[in-house]
Amino acid sequence: MVRWSKPLVFLACLGPLAGLGWRAYSGSLGANPIERITHTTGDWTLIFLLITLSITPVRKLARQPWLVRYRRMLGLFAFFYVVLHFLIYLVLDKSFSMHDIWADVLKRRFITVGFAGFLMLIPLAVTSTAGWIRRLGGKRWQALHRLIYASAIAGVIHYLWLVKADKRKPLVYAVVLSVLLAYRLVVWLRPKPRAAKVQLPAAAEVTEVSTN
Amino acid sequence: MLLKKSADIKSSEITPKNLYLNRRRFLAGTAIAGAAALAGLELGEAVSPSTVAHANTKIEGLQKSPFSTTEKITPYKDVTTYNNYYEFSTDKDGPSRLAGNFKTRPWNVTIDGLVQKKQVLDVDSIIKMAPAEERIYRHRCVEGWSIVVPWVGFSLSELIKRAQPTSKAKFVEFTTLLDMKQMPGQRRDVLQWPYVEGLRMDEAMHPLALLCFGMYGEALPNQDGAPLRLVVPWKYGFKSAKAIVRIRFTDSQPRNTWNISAPTEYGFYSNVNPNVDHPRWSQAKERRLGEFFKRPTLMFNGYDQVASLYSGMDLKKNF
Ligand code: HEM
Repeated sequence: MVRWSKPLVFLACLGPLAGLGWRAYSGSLGANPIERITHTTGDWTLIFLLITLSITPVRKLARQPWLVRYRRMLGLFAFFYVVLHFLIYLVLDKSFSMHDIWADVLKRRFITVGFAGFLMLIPLAVTSTAGWIRRLGGKRWQALHRLIYASAIAGVIHYLWLVKADKRKPLVYAVVLSVLLAYRLVVWLRPKPRAAKVQLPAAAEVTEVSTN
Repeated sequence: MLLKKSADIKSSEITPKNLYLNRRRFLAGTAIAGAAALAGLELGEAVSPSTVAHANTKIEGLQKSPFSTTEKITPYKDVTTYNNYYEFSTDKDGPSRLAGNFKTRPWNVTIDGLVQKKQVLDVDSIIKMAPAEERIYRHRCVEGWSIVVPWVGFSLSELIKRAQPTSKAKFVEFTTLLDMKQMPGQRRDVLQWPYVEGLRMDEAMHPLALLCFGMYGEALPNQDGAPLRLVVPWKYGFKSAKAIVRIRFTDSQPRNTWNISAPTEYGFYSNVNPNVDHPRWSQAKERRLGEFFKRPTLMFNGYDQVASLYSGMDLKKNF
């Protein structure tokens, strides 16, 4: 099962997309299908970002080092869903008009932060391979990948700024993200034993690279 | 304490490697199950969509109206499962799930303020005041979507004339029912309850402003504002108050609920206007439910005949 777990998690991560596909096929996307798809892909982008961010705390606190095997895949799924999220907006909201999109990015602050969150994920997706870790070196790679914190914060603010009056759902995300970030803060503030210096990862241990 | 000699430990009692591996397997399994459960949520919801059938009493003898559009009418199912009705829920599909048992009879409407005839009227006597018409109107939500609905009712002016407002009356205020037991959304203060809306007297007297008690040839479904609502087609949807229990005539401009909630985002007038954006999103286009791409939004939602009500007014300031 350990061997099969990765493909299985991979399939599970496609669940939200399959759900949308099924709804589209059976005509049950509701009265406003495009809004439904935008919201679903936006929600799952944020959920995958938060799951990715919870890997390190969970594996440390529960002493389950193997969890890190799924981290890259989960992060890439966050990227996958935000690409879909953005494509819907590009094609169906703005009909490919770069001019309109740019106007939106400049004018609407919820789009501004969402767009920033999206842009930040691009270098992370690009450098998620073993080759890039080697090329950048563990430390620099880690530093770069801390962008995920900023991206998740941008995602939550994006959501907070787009709701009309009911802030319950974005606040749930905000609370979860705060807990995950607080963990990093605690770890960072705690005096470190010298032995715990960041070890440079060999290419072979790519998936074990540790970012806190 | 019992000490076993090492020789006593049967080899089968030493945690075998495969069991140790099992633990990992179990944990991996848990992770997969967790992910699958999340994914399943999405799928499970997808395969059990809710359906709504026509269930309300037919309204006979409807008159046609010259105000009706010939545009394609939005399917009944969409108009009854996609609702902004925060008294029930802030989810679009919430009202259709939660309004099923809402009691619309007996129902009284208080008419007071600056009128000759202060009175409490039964909703059925209001419905009989004037012949029922079918009016097919465009309906544009401030969120950027629109529908075309065959409403049933008559001009609000019919009721106002009968109430005989005094010469001091400059505005009309509409109040929605306050009843936390029946309207679970009111248990949370996402908005100030009860919901209040208002119109200037000349807006309220305009023949397009509809006092509405039905749609699609039937009594209004609960999630669409039964038993009595307003439909003001040239304004954003939230101006069209639902489940009205009070109509009050005043000399000062009422504060409407959304304006109280976010004064910089929602004004008193809230006329549909493609040139005045909501501070957070554009109003230039809208998505007509059922259409793929967005279409341009029309000034006054295409009801140009109301333009004279606002001549000389700066509509950017009076949004
Ligand atoms: C890290 C990046 C992003 C995340 C985490 C994210 C997440 C979300 C979430 C959670 C929602 C609300 C879903 C719901 O209501 O259930 C949403 C809505 C939306 N997002 Fe994003 N988003 C991101 C980037 C973007 C980008 C780049 C754009 C477009 C340029 C965008 C455009 C929108 C739009 C148009 C909506 C719907 C707004 C509405 O219905 O009023 N998002 N997003």
